[in-house]
Amino acid sequence: KHPDLLPGEVEFCSANPILKYTQDDLSQRGVFGTLFCTNFRVTFISDEKPQEKTDKTFKNKLYGENDIPLMCVDHIYGVYDEKRKLITGGLVKNKYPSKMIIHCKDLRVFQFSLTFSKEEDAKKIFQGIAHHCLEEKSLKCVFIWCWSHYSGCALFKASFPPVTQEDGDFQKHLDTMINAVAHNHLYSVKTEDLSESLPNIQDIQQSYNKFKQFFLIENSTDFWLSDVKWFSSLESSGWLDIIRQCLQKAVEVVECLEKDNTNVLITEEEGTDLCCVISSLAQIMLDPYYRTLMGFQSLVQKEWVAGCHAFLDRCNHLHQKDKEYHSPVFLLFLECVWQLVHQHSPAFQFSETYLTVLSDSVHVPVFSTFLFNSSHHRESVMKAESPLAQSGPLSCPTVWDWSVQFDSKAQNFFFNPLYLEKVKHDRAVRKPHKPKHQRNLSLPSTAFKTPPKKGFFKDETDSLKKMLRVKRLSRWRGSPDAPTATTREFFESWQHRPLDYHGLLLPCLDGPAVHIWMQRYLRWIPEVYILGGGSVAVMTKLMELLSQVQDLKRVLEQRDSSQAAKLDHRPYFQHRLLSFDSSGRLSSSFPFAYTCYRSFKPIIPTGLMQSLMVTDSLASQEDEASSVVSFV
Amino acid sequence: MFFCVQVYKDPSKGELPLLPEEHVQDSAKDVTYICPFIGPVRGSLSVTNYRLFFRCTDREPVFGLDLPLGVLSRVEKIGAATSRGDVSYGLACKDMRNLRFVHKEPEDSLKKSVFEVLMKFAFPVSNNMSLFAFEYKQVFPENGWKVYDPLAEYKRQGLPNESWRISKVNDHYELCDSYPAALVVPVTITDEELRRVSSFRAKGRIPVLSWIHPESQAAVVRASQPMVGQNGRRCKEDEKLLQAIMDANAQSHKMFIFDARPSVNAAANKMKGGGYESEDAYQNAELVFLDIHNIHVMRESLRKLKEVVYPNIEDSHWLSNLESTHWLEHIKLILAGALRIADKVESGKTSVVVHCSDGWDRTPQLTSLALIMLDSHYRTIRGFQILLEKEWLSFGHRFQQRVGHGDKNHTDADRSPIFLQFIDCVWQMTRQFPAAFEFNEYFLITILDHLYSCLFGTFLCNSEQQRLKEEVPKHTVSLWSFVNSQLEEFVNPLYVGYPSHVLFPTVGIRHLQLWVTYYIRWNPRMRPQEPVHQRYKELLAKRAELQKRVEELQREAANRTASSSSERAGSPTRSITPVQTFV
Repeated sequence: KHPDLLPGEVEFCSANPILKYTQDDLSQRGVFGTLFCTNFRVTFISDEKPQEKTDKTFKNKLYGENDIPLMCVDHIYGVYDEKRKLITGGLVKNKYPSKMIIHCKDLRVFQFSLTFSKEEDAKKIFQGIAHHCLEEKSLKCVFIWCWSHYSGCALFKASFPPVTQEDGDFQKHLDTMINAVAHNHLYSVKTEDLSESLPNIQDIQQSYNKFKQFFLIENSTDFWLSDVKWFSSLESSGWLDIIRQCLQKAVEVVECLEKDNTNVLITEEEGTDLCCVISSLAQIMLDPYYRTLMGFQSLVQKEWVAGCHAFLDRCNHLHQKDKEYHSPVFLLFLECVWQLVHQHSPAFQFSETYLTVLSDSVHVPVFSTFLFNSSHHRESVMKAESPLAQSGPLSCPTVWDWSVQFDSKAQNFFFNPLYLEKVKHDRAVRKPHKPKHQRNLSLPSTAFKTPPKKGFFKDETDSLKKMLRVKRLSRWRGSPDAPTATTREFFESWQHRPLDYHGLLLPCLDGPAVHIWMQRYLRWIPEVYILGGGSVAVMTKLMELLSQVQDLKRVLEQRDSSQAAKLDHRPYFQHRLLSFDSSGRLSSSFPFAYTCYRSFKPIIPTGLMQSLMVTDSLASQEDEASSVVSFV
Repeated sequence: MFFCVQVYKDPSKGELPLLPEEHVQDSAKDVTYICPFIGPVRGSLSVTNYRLFFRCTDREPVFGLDLPLGVLSRVEKIGAATSRGDVSYGLACKDMRNLRFVHKEPEDSLKKSVFEVLMKFAFPVSNNMSLFAFEYKQVFPENGWKVYDPLAEYKRQGLPNESWRISKVNDHYELCDSYPAALVVPVTITDEELRRVSSFRAKGRIPVLSWIHPESQAAVVRASQPMVGQNGRRCKEDEKLLQAIMDANAQSHKMFIFDARPSVNAAANKMKGGGYESEDAYQNAELVFLDIHNIHVMRESLRKLKEVVYPNIEDSHWLSNLESTHWLEHIKLILAGALRIADKVESGKTSVVVHCSDGWDRTPQLTSLALIMLDSHYRTIRGFQILLEKEWLSFGHRFQQRVGHGDKNHTDADRSPIFLQFIDCVWQMTRQFPAAFEFNEYFLITILDHLYSCLFGTFLCNSEQQRLKEEVPKHTVSLWSFVNSQLEEFVNPLYVGYPSHVLFPTVGIRHLQLWVTYYIRWNPRMRPQEPVHQRYKELLAKRAELQKRVEELQREAANRTASSSSERAGSPTRSITPVQTFV
């Protein structure tokens, strides 16, 4: 048996029989099969006949449930005499472990036993995988306009190297920059140095490393042990707090643009990390176009890909040892977007499944989108590599070509059935919001409002320059716990207005409102599968109903118009994907994990006693305070 | 914007609404309400024999408070009067909020302040007055007191049958004054034997059947602890009864006894004459402790929770603060216990006996949750009402003591949020299975609001016997009269009635959430959102409209081309089936 190789995929080595442990319990049960390592992935093919699969409507064409793209490997552990060791380059040569554990970046955990195959095969496959996954491989911007508010004020971002000494070039650059802003936009400028007020990329990396550990669950015992201190563990990672801080900052930026009508310039050292996060978030909150599927893609393309976010370094695609540059900044952005989607789901055309798949695709090395540090980098690599390729220039698909990964039926899961489409005739009015059009509006003839702060703006810019030169001061600095009173007011006044899903959208940032992205983080953990429940139960019902409405509409259209040509040309989504019979048995982790092998049994927690040791005297008190034991 | 109880009108609009037999007792102008969210608000305050009504006069948008006096657990003067004669009053509520008012004391010291009147009417029981429920005479189209008929419910379960009979031994509540009149017991046990068992079980609460599996005949049986004591007392009738329960289920030769308490507490009970079933005396029965804590621990946990959520939330320490209350951990233990019971009955086909100490707090929590998992009937609106009437009210959960209706003794150690905790568990299940319950969140919140309001007679008294003695059904209105007269308010549009589906919820803390729309609903920033339901309702309406138009067109077409039937062959309308009947 061999895996179906993709074009250009080469098999390096394989071993058989290998036991793949089933994740759900402590019994050392598993499936025998062959483990392969190719230049694209590690893959396991079961010896058993594939069971009758439940209809896999959400199959990824590039990699399946037993495939791990090499870039997706996070850590490899070897178990030597019951002891677990992290595998790094050096350890590999000596000895191979009895058991190999692979932690993936999309949080799957695989465990393989190597003891059943021939020694040399086991050695080869282990060394092969370790080598291809772990070895190092070989292989700036000015300030950028991001988005304009209809009032004419705009959001900018800029890289901003630390000011150490009087640097002539830098000074000149800064002057040009600020004058440009001041001349083109008749409003005052507020600057915000993100590196002052937000955690830096190392903080983000550290926090995420802690956070993800809570989801890399190897067995039930682990699961129930970590369940006990779940909330305090989450809090100690600080990840949710970082999400809150980013959203908070984006709300502050939005407030400046929307309420105060000031230009906003956000800066940081490179201008391509948190600047991307904050500017993209602000645009999603302000502009409903970016809440559509196409709009969101163009936002990512504009702010992140064209905006020179260093995907290659940040995602550590090359497994470099130098940890300084790794940071899940893009994932942080997706997390923030998920919070918005979770709180205001009818405002978004895409679903959380779309976000989850996008977060996975970052680690699939087939796409050019997330492979490079900048478009310049991409071009130079593509050019350099192309002579080597036998036929024609090197071409990598972009991640947005979803048909590479999913067939059209599976792509339906990217659409949010709750999305409230804008009524058509309003579209014309909304047009000026589109950035393309807005660009020409940089000198607004209609919006000659007096700037909120009186005075000649040259003064403003002068003081701004001074401020930037002397010290990078954050204007609205505040601890995340105490957002400035005005921001709170801004949110509350927005909240009091009737909610318009096609207007300004703000997140609630109070503690209980910030949630865990359950679909992404819990999808591989059988202990939390809800059979017949979860949001999939709601979504299937909604999809069903939606398809019925569409069917009826079509019937009416066909009957209504003799000119059949006038039919609606909007994309027609098939919403009838699953029948109710199956939805009753689907688990909450759908469409990612399949539970065909699980019997319909509850998951009984273990070790409950450890969980709650109430030590105070209340615990030993009698139920009836004044109880006289009736011992008649 | 908030879930307000429907029987109150929106306080921000219009004048004080009055219910039948509700009368204003006193009112005062120039009262200041210190709102923790928007600051001090001046307005007028009225107290009736049912509610407190505050309406501000100088503010846009108009602000108001309208709460039944029943939710008050404490009213007290805070500090002495200021030099200007202002006095502050603190009102602690049972529904997770505290209110604070400032008011100038009347100069005439003989005249009572509005707050003194409030104290009198907030605690009618302590002042020898009757609860408002006994005065409220609203007539509803439905009579909620008829919702639960024990014999009809047992009949639905197929009882009596060849193994189980309905005994009249407790017809006059002589066997056990906290149990219902109708009890289901094994046919092989005589009433005389039951009497002897009752002296061996705490408070006479003998093992009786709660529910029987329609196929396997495995039964859920509830009881109180056996009075084993330090000497290991035995009772052969009790042993015979448990053996008979096991024998009634031919599928299994084993039985599980679930003791809801932590084993330490169960053992400590031996000192006071109680205890648990020993293995020697009850062969073939396996005893499992479920580690659920007592009413005092639960009360303390809720008190901590209130501290953490009201009025302000510390955002960056929210999760660890929440954890330190242990509230969700208690929820987890209760759900886990119920899950184990349901698993033994469903997957193991074995009968189970559930008890705690007295069998009226943790026991109904566990049995009713297990029953919701096992029997889809209890997931409907009326089924749920029957479940509450049966497992909680008729089997003597001490609502009067646990809630303290109209009683000013707020430090009473008998108070405990046991029922709230159960409703929270149900809410957790509705989150995990959004299409499996006929009722919505608003239904659960309404039940909790009227647990305290004392508007309806449903949750008054401690037992069936007491309710009968006080003639509660005769003199008060049932909450179900109100609910069932406007069912559409409480229906979950996503409901699919899978008839024979057992629900096994996930009890990991990772899947439990704090019920924000209940516990934090007073915080205006926590605006509840139900976009899914709303969108769904819109779609249902849209579909109905389109369906109608299609039908009209079809009728027209049929009339026109009566002879040719080929045209309609491919009509997609065949796929349109009413949603509610989907299986």
